[in-house]
Amino acid sequence: MVKIKVWGSLQTATNNEEYVEVDASNFKEVLDALVSKYPKLKPQIKRGVSVAIDGVIYKDSWFTPINDSNEVVLMPYMEGG
Amino acid sequence: MAPLEHSPERKFKVIGQRPLRPDGIDKVTGRAQYGADLYVTNMLFAKVLRSTHPHARIKSLNITAAESLPGVKAVVTSSDFNKINPDGPKDVLENCIAYDKVLYDGHAIAAVAAISNSIAIKALKLIKVEYEPLPFVIDVDEAMKEGAPIVNKGKGLENVPKGFSENVTSYYEFGHGDLNEGFSKADKIIERNFKTAAAHQGYIEPHACLAQMSSDGKADLWCCTQGHYLVRELCASIMGMETSQLKVTASEIGGGFGGKTTVFIEPIALALSLKSGRPVKLVMTREEVFKASGPTVSSSSDIKIGMKSDGTITAAHAKLRYQGGAFHNGTVEMGAQSAFACYDLKAVKSEGWNVLTNRPLQAAYRAPGAPQSIYAVESVIDELCQELNLDPLEIRIKNAAKKGTLSSYGPTFNDIGLLATLEAAKKHPHYSAPLGENQGRGLSCGFWFNFGGNTCVSLNVNFDGTVSVTEGNPDIGGSRASISQMAAEEIGIPFEKVRTIIADTNSLGHNEVTDGSRVTFAVGLATIKAARGAIKEMCKRAAKIWGIDEDAVRWEDGCAVPAGPNAGDHEPLPIEKIAAMSSQTGGPIAGHHEVNAEGAGVSFGVHLVDVEVDPETGLTKVLRYTVFQDAGKAIHPSYVEGQMQGGAAQGIGWALNEEYIYGEDGRLQNPGFLDYRIPVASDLPMIEPVILEIPNPGHPYGVRGVGETSIVPPLAAIGNAVSRAIKLRMFEIPMSPPKVLKTIKNNG
Repeated sequence: MVKIKVWGSLQTATNNEEYVEVDASNFKEVLDALVSKYPKLKPQIKRGVSVAIDGVIYKDSWFTPINDSNEVVLMPYMEGG
Repeated sequence: MAPLEHSPERKFKVIGQRPLRPDGIDKVTGRAQYGADLYVTNMLFAKVLRSTHPHARIKSLNITAAESLPGVKAVVTSSDFNKINPDGPKDVLENCIAYDKVLYDGHAIAAVAAISNSIAIKALKLIKVEYEPLPFVIDVDEAMKEGAPIVNKGKGLENVPKGFSENVTSYYEFGHGDLNEGFSKADKIIERNFKTAAAHQGYIEPHACLAQMSSDGKADLWCCTQGHYLVRELCASIMGMETSQLKVTASEIGGGFGGKTTVFIEPIALALSLKSGRPVKLVMTREEVFKASGPTVSSSSDIKIGMKSDGTITAAHAKLRYQGGAFHNGTVEMGAQSAFACYDLKAVKSEGWNVLTNRPLQAAYRAPGAPQSIYAVESVIDELCQELNLDPLEIRIKNAAKKGTLSSYGPTFNDIGLLATLEAAKKHPHYSAPLGENQGRGLSCGFWFNFGGNTCVSLNVNFDGTVSVTEGNPDIGGSRASISQMAAEEIGIPFEKVRTIIADTNSLGHNEVTDGSRVTFAVGLATIKAARGAIKEMCKRAAKIWGIDEDAVRWEDGCAVPAGPNAGDHEPLPIEKIAAMSSQTGGPIAGHHEVNAEGAGVSFGVHLVDVEVDPETGLTKVLRYTVFQDAGKAIHPSYVEGQMQGGAAQGIGWALNEEYIYGEDGRLQNPGFLDYRIPVASDLPMIEPVILEIPNPGHPYGVRGVGETSIVPPLAAIGNAVSRAIKLRMFEIPMSPPKVLKTIKNNG
């Protein structure tokens, strides 16, 4: 199981849980599993979320491998100038 | 073939050098073609009619007289776009041209294409608009209140808590730990409100484009942009076109800083061209740039930080309210994530609200959202240091985020360079230089994420052994030089043997916008990989020529050489010879790389500034300024230094003078460079850049982004310096002379 940290305001969609666990082996499976387990996450995930894996931020590369030893953190999509 | 992956011990030959900029001659001789420089046969000139109200319903719009004026070839309004493609992206388009309401002073209403600029201007005066003025709101705190005039209904996301005005469009919260427990451990708690004004990016070149749309549905667009692929996507969507039928070419660009990352006039020019059947040029005036192209957000922030008497920060809480104009934007989440990123904190929370007002839609401006929040945080840190009689640099070192720190926005940091920049600042003679009367020294840390994204590069080896690199990101900060350097380094040829060009949208796959400090990182990464592809092919050709296995050939200093004694005794084959024989050995040689580049490294900076404030006038003079920044590997140090100096200069302007000033009528009072004062050379001292090179492990050469971090620290660095000089704390930027004088006089 992959343990995922959810940012504060998004925790309203995860029953106020800061950390959630899903069965997944890559970025896309994490997103799919999150939507399945916590349907209220769907609007934000549809708008876009990035994920930080062991401190490295991945914008949307679906097939980035993830395993249960990784630190996984959801982050909003970023914009720059 | 020998492995081509990067080793940290690699000795660079071209990287780190300072070759002459490849665009220099074109720019100083005027040969470079900017957005407004293209002229084509039969071209029409376009002008835009803009709202004189901050918020009003358009009761009627009559264009008949304008259309009838001799020389006028087309007039468009939003109704034309409804006919062209009723399913287009309405928010993007509605910012380009109003529908039933105007939402800010300067909002476009209609546009005219005519055979001359003077006729187009005359035609604008013949357009009759009947307005029903509506209540408006300009200030972010006012806009959030229940009962505030509603700017743009139905734009709020599901994450907005109850109890706010409909103008609040989104809410974000980040952090960890127990705030109450953290604050209970503090010896001193300071809580302050700060305000930052909206500032424009201030690029010298106004938005400009030339659109040619033919009757068979194809179109060409030439424009000044940071991202012509994005322009193509947005315009094709608005015009109901297939993407392949719209070719967009990016002109040379006279600055952008994030402000040219969307469309403002391009869809209008395309619609005018479609309607008139002729090419149409549309160039914004400076007033239009100020009124309708989007400055940064303005903000109101509450910051509360607790500190022990030894300087340990025990808890930190930020509430950030950003207004970004009349349409939803995603800036406050960046500010909230950045606010406390510089510190290793056990208890931290940052909250942010995006808010609508009757102002132009904000556009990105270098590290969007971070300068505002970090200004407020770094100001409170400085005040705590004063209150507790602590050295502000030592306290930042004591609390600095480092490898292993759980960041305030969630992930644990890997290798980062904040401590290195702070230590460099501590050792620098600037920090211990004496100060005179009415002078103060300010310090601030800064942070930015940097990112990568979709990138395509094509690298062609020409028959004479020179190399042509084709990439798809407008060169806004010297990327043609740095990309050529990386190609030259990887292949092992001199810099002068490489020329890099920016391709149009039909020549490469999708490239994301030149933003997020991404180009040297992502395009560089793709260039290195493309070069490695070409090298692999050249080794293959050499193997064929020598009659040995490909694996028995390796690449060294621009030549194919036998990999070992068993490969046979062959003279090195230089790239020139392999290229010259390429027709006979299999055809042209090229390398390509297409990638969604991930792994960009975050970046930190520390700014140190001395100011002198004239107590009689409130005028602040910047005496000395030093920038310390972790750049990762600096590919072309002069450009890196330029980015560091440029960000500091813009930040100084924002801190001291630049602001959007609105009148009681909700109209912008200073849409020109006479009244909106950006710093000029005589306002600034030499800004000394100090580059720290902490390699990003996510890039073959260790590159991090450098274009944005440098605008983050100046607001607080200047604010802290001014506050120390006048011995009074300032809570608002810009700290223009009248505001400084008022603070001095109000405090006796």
